Amino acid sequence: MLLLLAPAMVWLVGLIVLPHVDLAVLSLRARVAPRVYEVSLSQYRTFIDEPLYWHTFVRTAAMSILATVCTLLIAFPSAWYIAKIARGRAKSLLFVLCLIPFWVSETVRTLGWMILLRESGVLPRLLVDLGITAAPIEMLYHDATILVGLVYTSLLFMVVPLVGVLESLDDSLIEAAYDLGANGWSILRQIIVPHAAPGIAAGSIVVFMLTVGNYLTPTLLGGKNSLWFTEQIYTQFITRFNWEQGAAFGFLLLVLSTAIVWAGLALTGQRFGDVMRRS
Amino acid sequence: MEQDLEVDRVTKRYGPLTAVDSLSLSIAHGSFFSILGPSGCGKTTLLRIVAGFLAPDDGDVRIGGRSMRGVAPNRRPVNMVFQHLALFPMMTVGENVGYGLARRGVGRVEIASRVDAMLKRVGLPRAQDKRVDELSGGQRQRVAIARSLVLEPTLLLLDEPLGALDLKLREHMKIELKQLQADFGTTFVYITHDQSEALVLSDRVAVMNAGRFEQVGTPQELYYQPSTPFVAGFVGANNRVAGRAVRVDDEEVELSTADGLAVRARMRGAIAVGEPIEAFVRPEVVDLARDAGELPRAAQRFSGRVESLLFDGANSAVLVREERTHAEIRIALPQTGRFADLKVGETVAFGFDAQRAVCFRTSSHDN
Repeated sequence: MLLLLAPAMVWLVGLIVLPHVDLAVLSLRARVAPRVYEVSLSQYRTFIDEPLYWHTFVRTAAMSILATVCTLLIAFPSAWYIAKIARGRAKSLLFVLCLIPFWVSETVRTLGWMILLRESGVLPRLLVDLGITAAPIEMLYHDATILVGLVYTSLLFMVVPLVGVLESLDDSLIEAAYDLGANGWSILRQIIVPHAAPGIAAGSIVVFMLTVGNYLTPTLLGGKNSLWFTEQIYTQFITRFNWEQGAAFGFLLLVLSTAIVWAGLALTGQRFGDVMRRS
Repeated sequence: MEQDLEVDRVTKRYGPLTAVDSLSLSIAHGSFFSILGPSGCGKTTLLRIVAGFLAPDDGDVRIGGRSMRGVAPNRRPVNMVFQHLALFPMMTVGENVGYGLARRGVGRVEIASRVDAMLKRVGLPRAQDKRVDELSGGQRQRVAIARSLVLEPTLLLLDEPLGALDLKLREHMKIELKQLQADFGTTFVYITHDQSEALVLSDRVAVMNAGRFEQVGTPQELYYQPSTPFVAGFVGANNRVAGRAVRVDDEEVELSTADGLAVRARMRGAIAVGEPIEAFVRPEVVDLARDAGELPRAAQRFSGRVESLLFDGANSAVLVREERTHAEIRIALPQTGRFADLKVGETVAFGFDAQRAVCFRTSSHDN
C-alpha cells in the first residue's frame, strides 16, 4: 500500500522538503568575505531593522486577510444559490461559470483586468462617455484594484468547499429553526454558519494561502506601489542576487501564513484535521 | 367544543396537479388527529400549509380561532416534529429544547429551569449536556417533541416521525407518543401512510386520497363502516371482490363475478341491479371449517383448497382458492390453534355473514 503513496512522497520530499531544508540553511548564514560564510541571524535582523521590509510584511498579511474576508462574503451567497436554490442543469451550469475563468491563464486574466481598468482602458472611457467623470481616471495601481484582482482569482476556491458543506445541510433544520420562532438572521448565525464552519475554514485557508503567496496579481495590478512581500523575495533572489536574504524572507512568509491560519482556526474553535476531513 | 384547528376549503395546486382539493377540517382541542393516506395524496402539503411553509391558493386556516393568512411559520402558535426530527446537531440536547424559548427572548435562568422540567416530563432528566448523536432513536424523538412542546403550542404537527425507525422501536414509540399526548393534552395532528399507526394512536382519522378526504371518523368507524371503496381497501386488510349486482334487497346486495362467484354483502350507498360493484370482506370475518356443517347457519358457504399458509403469529392467515371459480380469498386463522395442523392442498369450507361485508358501487374513476 505504501507503494501507492510513493509518487506523492517523492514529489513532497524532492520539491518541498529538500528545498526548504536548503532554504533554512541558506537563511541562517551570512557572507563575511568572498566565498566565506558563517552561521548568523543577520538576515533576520535586517528584516527587523529595515522598516520597509516589515511594513510590507504586515501589509501583505492585512491585505490577504481582507481579500479572504471579501472572497467569503461574495462567495457565500453564490454558493448558497448553487447548493440550495439552483436545480439540475442550472446547477452544473453555474458551477461551470465559476470554473470558466480558470481556463485562461492567470497572466492573461490579469492583463484582462488591466485592459479594463487602465487610464486609456474600457471602464474609464465608459465613465467619460456616460458623463460621470470629466477625464479618464487611472483605476490601476490602487489597493482596491489589487483586492479586486485577488478576490476574482480566489473565488472558485471558496465557492467549491462552501457548496460542498451547504449541500450537506438538511433543509429541514432550517425549517425547524424557523418553525421554532427563529428569523433569517438567527438561522444564518446559529444553524447555517455553524454547519458550514469546516467549509468556511477550508475555503479561507486555501484562499489566504493563495493570496499571501500570490506574485502576479499584486505586481501587475498594483504596480510599483503594490508592496507585496513576495515581490521582496523575488527582488532579493533575482535582482539583488542575495539568496541568503531571500531565503530568510521566504521562511518568514511561511511562518506568517502558518501563524495566521493557526490563529484563525483557534479563534473559531476548530481543528485543522476536522476541517480538512469534512470539506 | 373548542376547535383548535379549522381548515376551511383549502386548495393548493402545482401546475395542472391539485395537491389539496378544497379541503375542510376541524379538530377539537386536546385530541389526537391523524391524516392517513398513501404517499403523494397531498397530506404533507396540507400539513405544510397548516405550519405556514406553504401558502394555500384558496381557503383559510384558523388556529385557535385566529386566521393564519399572512402569518409566517415563526409567528404561528404551531410547532412541527419533522420526519427526520431535524434536531440541531451543532447544539446540545438542552440547547435544542431551549432554542425556541431563547428566540422568544426568555431569560437564561428561566430557559434552564423550563428545559429541565420539560426533559423530566419526557423521561430524559439531566440530559441537557448530551450531544444529539449520543441519543438513541427513541430518545431523539422525545427531544424533538420536548423542543416543540416547551413552547406550549396550540397545535403540534407530526410529519411521519416514526417512518425512519425500525419496526420494534416503532411499536414502542407508538405507545410512548400516545402517552405523551395524553399527559400534555396538546392537540396533535399526525401525518402517516401507516394505517396501523393511525388506528392505534388517533381519536379521529381522516383518510386522504388524491387531495381529498375520503372519510373522517374514529378508527372504529373507518374499520367497520368504511364509506368509500378506497377506505375499505386502505384501512386494514380486506378481500376485494368485483362484479355486477344481480339482486338488490333493501339492505343486502348480491354480487356475481365474471367467473360466476356469488357473494352477498351489506349495501353502502345506492346500487341498482346490473351496476358494476365491489364487495369487501375482512379476513377475520370469514369463518373457516373442515366440514361445512360446522359453519354458522346464517353464513353463505363456500369450499376451496388451501393455496398457502401465511404464518405471522397472531396475524396468521391462509389463502384459499374457491373450488368452482378459483377466486382467491384471505382468511384469518383463529387464535385457538384449531387449524395449526392445516396443510397446503387441503380442502376446507368457509363462509361469512353478509352483514359483516360491505359493498359499494364501483366509482367510475378507479379501475
